[in-house]
Amino acid sequence: MNKLIKGETGDWEVVIGIEVHAQIVSNSKLFSSASTKFGGEHNTQVSFVDAGMPGMLPVINWVCVEQAIRTGLGLNAKINNYSIFDRKNYFYPDLPQGYQISQFKQPIVGEGSVTIDIDDKKSKTIRIERLHLEQDAGKSLHDQHPEFSFVDLNRSGVALMEIVSMPDISSADEAQSYIKKLRSIMRYLGTCDGNMEEGSLRADINVSVRKPGDELGTRCEIKNVNSIKFIGQAIDYEARRQIELIEDSKEIDQETRLFDPKKGETRSMRSKEEAHDYRYFPDPDLLPLSFSENIIEEIKSELPELPDDKKERFQKEYSLSPYDSNILVSEIEIADFFEAVTKGRDPKIAANWITGEFFAAMNKLGFNIADSPITIDNLSKLIKLIEENVISTRIAKDVFEIMLENNEDPEEIVEREGLKQVSDSGELEKIIDNIIANNPDQVEAVKLKPKLIGWFVGQVMKETNGKANPKLVNDLLNDKLN
Amino acid sequence: MTEFSTLSIKETISSLKNKDFSVSELVDSHISSMESGRELNAFITETADIARKKALDCNQNYLKGEEKPLEGIPLGIKDMFCTKGVKTTASSKMLENFIPPYESTVTQNLWNDGAILLGKLNNDEFAMGSSNETSFFGEVKNPWKNTKDNFTVPGGSSGGSAASVAAGMGLASLGTDTGGSIRQPASFTGTVGLKPTYGRCSRWGIIAFASSLDQAGPITRTVKDCALLLNSICSYDSKDSTSSQKKIPDFEKSTDESIKGMKIGIPKEYETDGISEDIAEYLEKGKEWLKESGAEIVEISLPHIKYALPCYYIIAPAEASSNLARYDGVKFTHRVDAENIIDMYEETRSQGFGDEVKRRIMIGTYVLSSGYYDAYYLKAQKVRAMISRDFKEVFSKVDAIYGPSTPSTAFELGDKKKDPLEMYLNDVFTVPVNLAGLPAMSVPVGLDKENLPVGMQLIGNSFDEESILSIASCIEKSAKFDLNPNRWWINE
Amino acid sequence: MAIDSKLVERIAKLSRISLTESEIKNLSSELDNILNWIEQLSELDTEGINPVFSSFDEEETKYRNDEINDGGYREDIISNAPLSEDGFFLVPKVVD
Repeated sequence: MNKLIKGETGDWEVVIGIEVHAQIVSNSKLFSSASTKFGGEHNTQVSFVDAGMPGMLPVINWVCVEQAIRTGLGLNAKINNYSIFDRKNYFYPDLPQGYQISQFKQPIVGEGSVTIDIDDKKSKTIRIERLHLEQDAGKSLHDQHPEFSFVDLNRSGVALMEIVSMPDISSADEAQSYIKKLRSIMRYLGTCDGNMEEGSLRADINVSVRKPGDELGTRCEIKNVNSIKFIGQAIDYEARRQIELIEDSKEIDQETRLFDPKKGETRSMRSKEEAHDYRYFPDPDLLPLSFSENIIEEIKSELPELPDDKKERFQKEYSLSPYDSNILVSEIEIADFFEAVTKGRDPKIAANWITGEFFAAMNKLGFNIADSPITIDNLSKLIKLIEENVISTRIAKDVFEIMLENNEDPEEIVEREGLKQVSDSGELEKIIDNIIANNPDQVEAVKLKPKLIGWFVGQVMKETNGKANPKLVNDLLNDKLN
Repeated sequence: MTEFSTLSIKETISSLKNKDFSVSELVDSHISSMESGRELNAFITETADIARKKALDCNQNYLKGEEKPLEGIPLGIKDMFCTKGVKTTASSKMLENFIPPYESTVTQNLWNDGAILLGKLNNDEFAMGSSNETSFFGEVKNPWKNTKDNFTVPGGSSGGSAASVAAGMGLASLGTDTGGSIRQPASFTGTVGLKPTYGRCSRWGIIAFASSLDQAGPITRTVKDCALLLNSICSYDSKDSTSSQKKIPDFEKSTDESIKGMKIGIPKEYETDGISEDIAEYLEKGKEWLKESGAEIVEISLPHIKYALPCYYIIAPAEASSNLARYDGVKFTHRVDAENIIDMYEETRSQGFGDEVKRRIMIGTYVLSSGYYDAYYLKAQKVRAMISRDFKEVFSKVDAIYGPSTPSTAFELGDKKKDPLEMYLNDVFTVPVNLAGLPAMSVPVGLDKENLPVGMQLIGNSFDEESILSIASCIEKSAKFDLNPNRWWINE
Repeated sequence: MAIDSKLVERIAKLSRISLTESEIKNLSSELDNILNWIEQLSELDTEGINPVFSSFDEEETKYRNDEINDGGYREDIISNAPLSEDGFFLVPKVVD
């Protein structure tokens, strides 16, 4: 069942298709040998080709082609070993050639699919229509001068993959899952770093609404949304806006809109008032892009394990729940981190610690897993200490806090701070006997209310500074009080 | 001084080797020819200082016996080739002050072989035209006046390139040929002009007109000079995706090869309509010369060739409309200031481009626009395929094709300026070759009744420039054409 | 297909070329003339013919290695710009 939105005239269905622009991971640009590095001094990563200088010609970068093939394979898509570059003609100050080299009729990758999780049990397939290669444009800065826009061509010519989904997405949540999943797959493949803040991943979102079972409604395209949060907000706002228009018996204009994150609204893009006519035609400066089936096979054989396969393996190999597996495979770095930590350890404990304490700490610090102050080795040791009952889970949390400070070896912390769990039953028995002797009223009470045994456990923990083995304490107390 | 400027490159090199004169003397002589020939308006930019300076190095190289193949040869270069640090305008107001920070591959090849830049040559704006009358820098006059003593056009678009060689300003020149822009002016001026197979010369650094058709080539006084230059300019260039990796033969050697036993086709379509009586006569004469040299003349048919011209006038403007979009007032010298970006674009382009360029951009935009693409652009590319197939079939039977370069000899200045379509029809014999990417050249065969040069065209199979050079050499010997126009511009 | 002034204006807009009334008038008749002549192509049956977009027929695509060995010459990039400041191209303000 699709998620429905309630309107005044009944329920509405949202239909969403997404075009993602993903920057390819490569050293140099799609058709020139200038650098793609983010954040360089303006106009320093520009070749004569990227500036559209007279007489300059494009020559394709093989690695960019390979990355597109790799991504296509990761999306279970058909790879076209014969494709064509077309010119998309329009005027814009940051488009120095006056056209963008793209692929129109014959893209390098055809139909594929991405599977997203709806909840723990259900998943949904979003069909991919195509993936094609194209050049990025430069950047116009509008806030430098009252009369002029400033143009920086560093991005001009950087390789992009445009990945077009079918209109299979039916809620803001699904759209977000789709983007997250696509991003995850490309990061696994190493084809796009997925960095939305730096603009490596941008989404154009087509939204329309209809009554369930009706024909598709008029769609609006929200351009260049650059965060997962904004994608959700933009869709929710846009769907609402369209429903209200229709329910007010107004028309929806098929148009391009922009999302304003400050207001949480979409608005019409005024500058695009004229109808576009891109006059696509095959770029005569480039030959058709062709390569052998062998090359596709070769790339296929070197593909890494992708999130869906990894998830399945984690459930089988480590007996993890689908939920935990999902979290752990969401990012290649997390999955790798988990597998390294859990080597020779109990995977369940490792998974709990990573998805629990560890993630919470990283979130609080605003760190990525790559910046983790705790090394794989030390986290693994900590888990070993828990597993072997050297310390209790509660004590482990304290040790973890200390580790966060300076990545100290947990064994040393436990040794130095004397945090080893007390599992000596003789020693504990002494303490328990003492407590029983000093609290006759409580001993009476527990006979009527067995749950009060918790109070005794607390007292033991207090006496031992939390180091007592909780299971042993429980067993001993049960023996003595019942 | 003029004796220097009527020498061939071949003769000049042997004189330089003999120390009959120095490169400096040679260059000075050409500079003075260039300066006294300003009335012809062949040059947009004269680079006398650069030439004199480089001549000094060349002198040294001859003294040391370290001369390169074209050491010290002064050449004019069409203003479509980007030359580093030297103004390159495409004869357009749009690039009036454009100074490229890079050198085209083809010109670099020439400089690497020791040649010297004499100046940048006038042409039709962005190479669009057949008379050199569309240049922002004014029309070029043909060194050959007709019998009425009226000025004639040098042809186009490489009008300056052809006129300069015919007038002895530079020993040879470089042109570009998209639909006949080397061969037609060569034919109008009594010079030899060759368009190589598409892919033989790198297009890197040549201002693009129609990318799938553009090709650089030489305009020279003799067939051998043409071969010499060809050997220098052809190269594989990894910066051009459409540059060929095929081995480059010794073209000079081809000019000495016999044509005995060669099969030379004459398209029957060429003989039927449109060519002047004089040209028809020379066509016949040529057949006799070829037969005398032992070649076999074969009648052939190119059934779709009559569609080549309309086909070309879809494809070339379509590509041009896109290639010229980069001239938008943002990056290259010319801009008309305006309040908003759209007005800036529209005024810049409206004032920066001349009428013919605008006309072709408009045609090109139209044939690519939504709803018309299939009917015009796609249709034209299918017709192009049929024309290529015609040629392929013919070349399975013959070694080369022989025919006229143009339907008429040079017409008077201003004669066809008013009717664009009439001007387009001038390219009827040259255009098919560009569509099929084949090599072709024009060789002078004599003068017509109006005392104007007549050129004949040879078309070769793909990457077979050698055959047409051999045949051209043979025609040259039989025709004994004397490239010596009355130097009226010196007396005035 | 007759070319009228409305169509010429539309094409001029797409081409980003401003035209005066008289230019529009002239171009309408010139383009009409030229396109009518081009129309003769429609006589030809091109059914089943594969279009040829380039006369270059060497099979293998040439690729560039993924190396950085270009760029880093900002002065050369902007040296011909009609208006620039601090290494940027300047254009009349663009509003989205």
